[in-house]
Amino acid sequence: MSKPKVAFYWCASCGGCEEAVVDLAEQVLDVVGAVDIVFWPVALDFKVADVEALADGEIAASFINGAVRTSEQREIVELLRRKSKAVVAFGACAWLGGIPGLANLRTREEILAEVYRDLPSVADGAMPREEVEVPEGRLHLPRFDEDVRTLDQVIPVDYYLPGCPPPVALIAQAVTALVEGRLPEPGTVLAPDVALCSECPRRATKPEDLKLERFVRPQEIVADPETCLLAQGLLCLGPATRAGCGAPCVAANMPCTGCMGPTGRVRDQGAKALSAIASLIAPSDPEGVAKVAEQILDPVGTFYRYSLPASLLHRRVGTDGGRPAEPSEPVAAAGGGEPR
Amino acid sequence: MTREILIDPITRLEGHGRIHIFVRDDGEVDRAYLQIPELRGFEAFARGRRAEEMPQITSRICGVCPMAHHMAGTKALDDLYRVEPPPAAKKVREMVYDAFMIEDHALHFFFLGGPDFVVGPTAPKAERNILGVLGKVGLEVGGKVIAVRKELRGLIEEAAGKVIHPVFGLPGGISKPLTPELRDRFAEGAAHALELAQLALRLFREVVLANPSYVELITSEAYTHRTYYMGLVDERERLSFYDGHLRVVDPEGRPFLSYDVHDYLEHVAEHVEPWSYIKFCYLKDVGWHGFTDGAESGVYAVAPLARLNASEALSTPLAQEAAEELFATLGGKPVHHTLATHWARLVELLHAAERMGELAADPEIASPEVRTLPTETPTEGIGVVEAPRGTLIHHYVTDERGIIERANLIVATQNNAARIALSVDKAARALVHGADVDEGLLNQVEMAFRAYDPCFGCATHALPGQMPLIVEVRDLRGELIREVRRD
Repeated sequence: MSKPKVAFYWCASCGGCEEAVVDLAEQVLDVVGAVDIVFWPVALDFKVADVEALADGEIAASFINGAVRTSEQREIVELLRRKSKAVVAFGACAWLGGIPGLANLRTREEILAEVYRDLPSVADGAMPREEVEVPEGRLHLPRFDEDVRTLDQVIPVDYYLPGCPPPVALIAQAVTALVEGRLPEPGTVLAPDVALCSECPRRATKPEDLKLERFVRPQEIVADPETCLLAQGLLCLGPATRAGCGAPCVAANMPCTGCMGPTGRVRDQGAKALSAIASLIAPSDPEGVAKVAEQILDPVGTFYRYSLPASLLHRRVGTDGGRPAEPSEPVAAAGGGEPR
Repeated sequence: MTREILIDPITRLEGHGRIHIFVRDDGEVDRAYLQIPELRGFEAFARGRRAEEMPQITSRICGVCPMAHHMAGTKALDDLYRVEPPPAAKKVREMVYDAFMIEDHALHFFFLGGPDFVVGPTAPKAERNILGVLGKVGLEVGGKVIAVRKELRGLIEEAAGKVIHPVFGLPGGISKPLTPELRDRFAEGAAHALELAQLALRLFREVVLANPSYVELITSEAYTHRTYYMGLVDERERLSFYDGHLRVVDPEGRPFLSYDVHDYLEHVAEHVEPWSYIKFCYLKDVGWHGFTDGAESGVYAVAPLARLNASEALSTPLAQEAAEELFATLGGKPVHHTLATHWARLVELLHAAERMGELAADPEIASPEVRTLPTETPTEGIGVVEAPRGTLIHHYVTDERGIIERANLIVATQNNAARIALSVDKAARALVHGADVDEGLLNQVEMAFRAYDPCFGCATHALPGQMPLIVEVRDLRGELIREVRRD
């Protein structure tokens, strides 16, 4: 019997998810040996044409990492969608938008002005453009799109692998389940559906009725290495974050920042995290609450660190009365910078 | 009729780097452009974030070298809060950084750049990858590479929290001390890394240096640029990855500049071209005079070969010996041959392994004192490290609460961007004549930039050292004249 076909693809990402797959390959060779990788641009030489030549649904599973920001990425993920029985959004960026999704706090024009005009080391030259005349002819650049979108804002997604990057053990489990045809319910996030606190090595030290008079920043205290970080006043997002990573950040004596995303019942990770933390504020009078809440600096960057594009906010609200902006038109329509 | 050749390394898969070649009527190359069609805008969305989160936010610039950004960010925080970490914290940071440098350099040599030499630039393309390397050097060596990388990445994970996107850096120190038990395992890891580095250098001597045609290729004019070189050095002008001051030598190898990173804006500036999203760094002291090399041009290089050129020596004995051999073989300092970067990378691999071993043997390194709590009001901080791919500078300006108002990042590959563009242009001019464009051209043009181990948006890390390529030759109306595929 032929091995199940698997594809890996990256969109707007940092390469960390690819490194996680290499780590998987170096650690769990039998998992990789059980599948036939038909497409993996970072590692193997198969091309789009090879994918196009496959029958619809011939790929058992495509693992796609990174958020979506260009027309090229959109074309490939749509192709992989057609050819695949299952599409897995791989990692925080593909599922929720990830840290690069914080770019939705700025407009396209603000970003270009900052990077190519305003930074102190920028000396001279002309802003990058989609079409440029050079002495020898004409050059094109793809359009830098208006906003960052999650994979399921572009194509239907069957499963989600959380994490930045996903833990190797979860990747191995997911690949094995797909290879063996043990397909879970579509829409499933392939990690335990409980909060991180449940697997935290410090869970025994978390008070039942934790109430805080003040929040502290990691540089302000030497955190006790055994005690619940939240109980020490650090903004640990464990209560609002999915388990499955084994809490390596907490093991390093640093608070969870939420890269594993929300649990199944939560629509908006940032709102959930905000309410989880707000419920710990000890004072009950408005003035007292405000005083403690003031200590939480940059709430958007803290609670929506990995999930702004997926959230109800999606991007920074404009000055038009505070209505959340709709996702922009499909990136393909906004593109056009692709050289022919 | 003018022809255009588009080398799109990623076959319309994703725009991380593409080469556009204009060919004149007489069939000679007019100009080749390397374009980077990607931007994520980290500096823009850093604004408003809490400063202490920057080492974790900026590591997402690159999942291949997250430790470099994490460390540059952490050092910028030390500076921002005017706080001196305890000696043990600095030593742990440096040792973990050496471990990272080793696994990253090993990845490049065995998986990315090495196949061109170990298997051969003209070997069948199907063999020019990691599997071809394993076939040539044997499974025992291949197994050792994988085992050492796995061991070191495991150690980094234990010390830094996560290997992909570390979390341990704090202003004034690190989040947890090193246990004596973990220190001992770092010492073992360093010993294994040392064996691997010596093995890689032996391999380089046997396979590359013993082959006159390879040596000829390395020293050929097509892959040579006489530029300035920059790197971080210690107080004795010796190469340093983690700390020190910046040193620049001119194309003759003479000391040209020596400066503290706080003065980087006086010496390094960025030139913007409308046809690429990458910015091109140059030496302000010389000025931007276009894409040209020589002493009159502000174009400079960073990364392994540049670091060896820009420093007086290496602090560890075996690596110093290996560097001397490199310079003696290639005609003395400075070496301008881009492809010699592969060799320099192995010299650094050896140095990082020796240094990691020294630090693991330091009695102070497992001290529980790893934090100095900041007391100063933050205003501005600058941090620098040598990333595997070159000098990396993080510069933050904050309000009195430590909220980022401005972040400026000079990323390793950006320093090299102008020289890489020159290399691609020169290789194309030397190799493209008439309509005769074949697969060999593609790989040799690729070799011109692969030597730099460029990290264009952290993306051109093609594991087998080979990316799918298409060259299309079109006339001015866009009609396809010829297509060369490498499938």
